[in-house]
Amino acid sequence: MSVGAPKIPVRVAEVVEVNELIKRFRFVRRDGGAMPTFSGGAHTVVQMDDHGTRRMNPYSLMSAPADTSGYEISVRRDDAGRGGSLYMHQHVKVGDEMVISNPVNLFPLDGRAKKHLMLAGGIGITPFIAQMAQLQAMGGKFELHYSVRSAALGAYASQLKAHYDDRVHLYHDDQKQLIDLKALLRGQPLGTHIYVCGPKGMIAWVRATAEAMGWPALAVHSEEFLAPPVGKPFEVHLKASGKTITVGAAQSLLEAMEAAAVDAPYLCRGGACGQCETDVLGCDGHIDHNDHWLTDDQKAANTKIMPCVSRFAGKSLVLDR
Amino acid sequence: MTKTVFEPSIKSRPVYGVLEAAPGSAHLIVADGEGADAVVEMLARAPDAADMLAKTHIIYMPGPSGCDKSAVLQGLGAAQFRSHPSFGAAASRLAKVLADAHMGVQIYTAGSEGMMAQVAAAAAAAGYPYEGVQQEHRGSLARRVQCVHCKGITENVRTDPFHCSHCGLSLFVRDHFSRRIAAFQGVNIDAEDPGLVPAAVERFK
Repeated sequence: MSVGAPKIPVRVAEVVEVNELIKRFRFVRRDGGAMPTFSGGAHTVVQMDDHGTRRMNPYSLMSAPADTSGYEISVRRDDAGRGGSLYMHQHVKVGDEMVISNPVNLFPLDGRAKKHLMLAGGIGITPFIAQMAQLQAMGGKFELHYSVRSAALGAYASQLKAHYDDRVHLYHDDQKQLIDLKALLRGQPLGTHIYVCGPKGMIAWVRATAEAMGWPALAVHSEEFLAPPVGKPFEVHLKASGKTITVGAAQSLLEAMEAAAVDAPYLCRGGACGQCETDVLGCDGHIDHNDHWLTDDQKAANTKIMPCVSRFAGKSLVLDR
Repeated sequence: MTKTVFEPSIKSRPVYGVLEAAPGSAHLIVADGEGADAVVEMLARAPDAADMLAKTHIIYMPGPSGCDKSAVLQGLGAAQFRSHPSFGAAASRLAKVLADAHMGVQIYTAGSEGMMAQVAAAAAAAGYPYEGVQQEHRGSLARRVQCVHCKGITENVRTDPFHCSHCGLSLFVRDHFSRRIAAFQGVNIDAEDPGLVPAAVERFK
């Protein structure tokens, strides 16, 4: 395929149950070669052949960026999701052959920062594990504030605390421990950058608080992958390909195009990177813009759509693809 | 409103906005010459100017054309006001203020292009996002130009071409701008036909 990042054929080398919701997977190259080095914050798109349905989910790489012997990801089981995480949890075993993409980084460290202030919520810890390894190797200054539901569900919390000591701060929801964000953001030295990865509400809270306290938007970095939402089936005409396709209820528009052998570009498949941006040639109805990429004005104009996460309801939708 | 209209140019050429008071734990304002007017106008529009001034540090210097509105800015009643004869004389104060500053400070600069770019570059060197510094152009269009050959910087360039004040070459002034060194780029205009130098035109008043 000409689109998306280049693929790496891998074998599953290790599957570890981290806690009742999270499993860690280690991938090594089938040909025994070295993986590309990556930068902390990068993700890989894991391709799954789930009994006839192809799933491609992005997961942050959590192994040390300089370790080329393999890649590690952690997958949180989402019982209400479309099935990618359930497939990883229930079917993927040591020795399985899979295909993953080359790393792509949409959440890199800003090398100009004097200090990196990291805020993680739940499974949002994974990109920070790689970033902290990178910063430690470079002698970079950082602080992690990690919010978890409980000690039992706080993946990697005790290991990180043991390794990085007072640079790691843990907050347990079940003990009513909350990050005192205002106190934390007050008094940070000039040149501090904030990184936040976690639930949508947490990202919005951090962004709004930082803005109200005078932090420039460019000093606040966040990442949230969206799972393509389910919805009602709809029909789309792809003008360049001359095809009319139906997008299923649990299928994304991008997946429906791929199933119809239309070569559509993508990278993150989670509404974050902008790679799949497609021109809308005709729209009689309503586009549910679920992405983080288009501006509010662009969304209102309905002249662009991000097929990886957005859906449509109405009479007709014509795309330039 | 910014009082300057710039011809459309290459992407490298900086464009400027209008200073707007933004929420912050402190406010650092660096201005030269006519930039004082932009500061006064921003404060006049500010939702709570008294509160803002109580947390404001103003660093000011006369502009390239000699315009000095120190008295106007001093009269605003900011928590701190310091006037300097030049950016060079103000630079060590700026560096110290940035070193002591915390995130939450708002940084504003108004006046000539070379001065504003040096403020933004100093902020960026301190790890603050370059684009986070609000810039509003006022007054002279005289340029700070780096000779790409000898790397010397000539301040207040008004004509094109001009003689590099360091190596003496005749330089054509480009719109190509370096954020890092806060200067436009000057390139030898008669490299291929030595001596064939067009008459200097006053392009930057």
